[in-house]
Amino acid sequence: MITRDELKSIAGNGIWKQNSSLVQLLGLCPLLAVTTNMVNGVMLSLATIIVMAVANVAVASLRNFIPHEIRIPVFILIVAALVTVVDLLFNANLHELYLVLGIFIPLIVTNCIVLARVEAFANKNPPLQSTFDGIFMGLGMLWTLALLGTLREFFGSGTLLGGIDMVFPSLKPIQVLPESYPGFLLALLPPGAFILLGCMIAWKNWIEARAAARAKLKPPAPVEALGCH
Amino acid sequence: MFAPAPFLLKDASVSQVMIQVCVALIPGIAAYASLVGPAILVQLVIATLAALAAEAVMLTLRGKSLALFLTDGSAIVTAWLIALTFPPLAPWWLVVTGTVFAVVVAKHLYGGLGQNPFNPAMVAFAVCIVAFPALMSQWPSVGLQLGLIDQMNIILGWAPRVDALSGATPLDAMKTALKLGEGSFDVATLLANQDIYGNFAGRGWEWVAGGYLLGGLWLWHRQLITWHVPLAFVGSLSLISGALWLYNPAQFASPLFHLLSGGAMLGAFFIATDPVSGCTTPRGKLIFGAGCGLLAYIIRVFGGYPDGVAFAVLLMNLSAPVIDLLTQPPVFGMKDKA
Repeated sequence: MITRDELKSIAGNGIWKQNSSLVQLLGLCPLLAVTTNMVNGVMLSLATIIVMAVANVAVASLRNFIPHEIRIPVFILIVAALVTVVDLLFNANLHELYLVLGIFIPLIVTNCIVLARVEAFANKNPPLQSTFDGIFMGLGMLWTLALLGTLREFFGSGTLLGGIDMVFPSLKPIQVLPESYPGFLLALLPPGAFILLGCMIAWKNWIEARAAARAKLKPPAPVEALGCH
Repeated sequence: MFAPAPFLLKDASVSQVMIQVCVALIPGIAAYASLVGPAILVQLVIATLAALAAEAVMLTLRGKSLALFLTDGSAIVTAWLIALTFPPLAPWWLVVTGTVFAVVVAKHLYGGLGQNPFNPAMVAFAVCIVAFPALMSQWPSVGLQLGLIDQMNIILGWAPRVDALSGATPLDAMKTALKLGEGSFDVATLLANQDIYGNFAGRGWEWVAGGYLLGGLWLWHRQLITWHVPLAFVGSLSLISGALWLYNPAQFASPLFHLLSGGAMLGAFFIATDPVSGCTTPRGKLIFGAGCGLLAYIIRVFGGYPDGVAFAVLLMNLSAPVIDLLTQPPVFGMKDKA
């Protein structure tokens, strides 16, 4: 069983405190490659959530039977089997998106977040807790990639929800900036992703510094902190 | 500005240095203005205003004294270098984007003047040429005579950007012709047949390069820069271009063409000599300058970009800390390294 406090701490860790993209900085390769718009980022995160949740349950259930010395190959086998299932599902049902995400769906096998959660959490905790850990770690990745994708798409091409028609054929992307917007190509290239990710990490640290300062009942954060922009 | 021991006293403040750098740029700017018209002066004003505004906002956010840091002139030097390296008829927002990126990201996010690992003006150039490659390669065609009003209209976006208005730089035109011709053109015929090349390196551009050279020599005379970086830059650029020119004069332009075209002179005297992002030891400066010249040649001749100076300087900025570490001179009185 799982207590309310346990659930709260697992959710808090996954979504904010141990956020895979902003704090642990794991899985940066798919983060850079697929977040050229929000839809790609969200769909890849959803695939990762499925893999993580099921892999965590499987490993947590088998944790007492897996020999310690060969645990990594066993984890990889489990994860790879799941990724194959997700890969085939995408290929069958969302074929256009599958072509866009390309190699990054099979590469979920090597995504450090998946292996890190399996090794650090599922291998030591009961199945129910591990399931929630997988889901919330994935949700943490999901909102980060969604925000990063939205920002890159907005600055890079002036649209929102680009590629949504690949998931819901009835919907169309929204043109936010006028058609004459020249497009800030840098935002769509990997350096733009690094720069925006850096800004997001600084933003998270700023929020935490402010919260810490408030908790100590000190005067509001010094202006220095505002400098991290 | 730190250099290894022995230290000598020198009472030049940052603002005095920056003002003299601006003065040294004037001959080049004058030649440039007579070549492309008043557009370049408009760009200088736009870049300066954008740099001062961005600087003021960042200083306020960081809680620094506006009076002390805004007047040091470093933002103005950055702005001028940006305006001089961007195409003179670029739309106003391109220069503003570059300048704001240089001041906010390349300078202040790294800790302000003295802390920036990269030359802010070159970061602006690299960012804009990667983000807006088409606009950054449109240079005014030869002999295009437009008045101040027409040029203002184009820069501010009130007049359409006619394609005929925009050509390539002599350097870019030469590279494209040689690549497309696949051996059917040679350098000598290109130089003789097209009037954009002028006497040796591009009509009018020779005088701009000469103006920068003059300003640079004055900076050296005033002891604001040492001879190491410019000499190594010019030396390595001449060596590699000379070697390839002797090997095959039909496919490789002469050293004179390379020295007087593109950003070579501006780069050698004003950009690679940046005391913050460059090397500080004497031997380090020689390596730094030579690396800049070599990389600039490789990128501009074999690469896809119109000129290579910006990327060459950024790559050498990246290596500067290691070069400094490996070239520490012996401490005074000691035989070997300390």
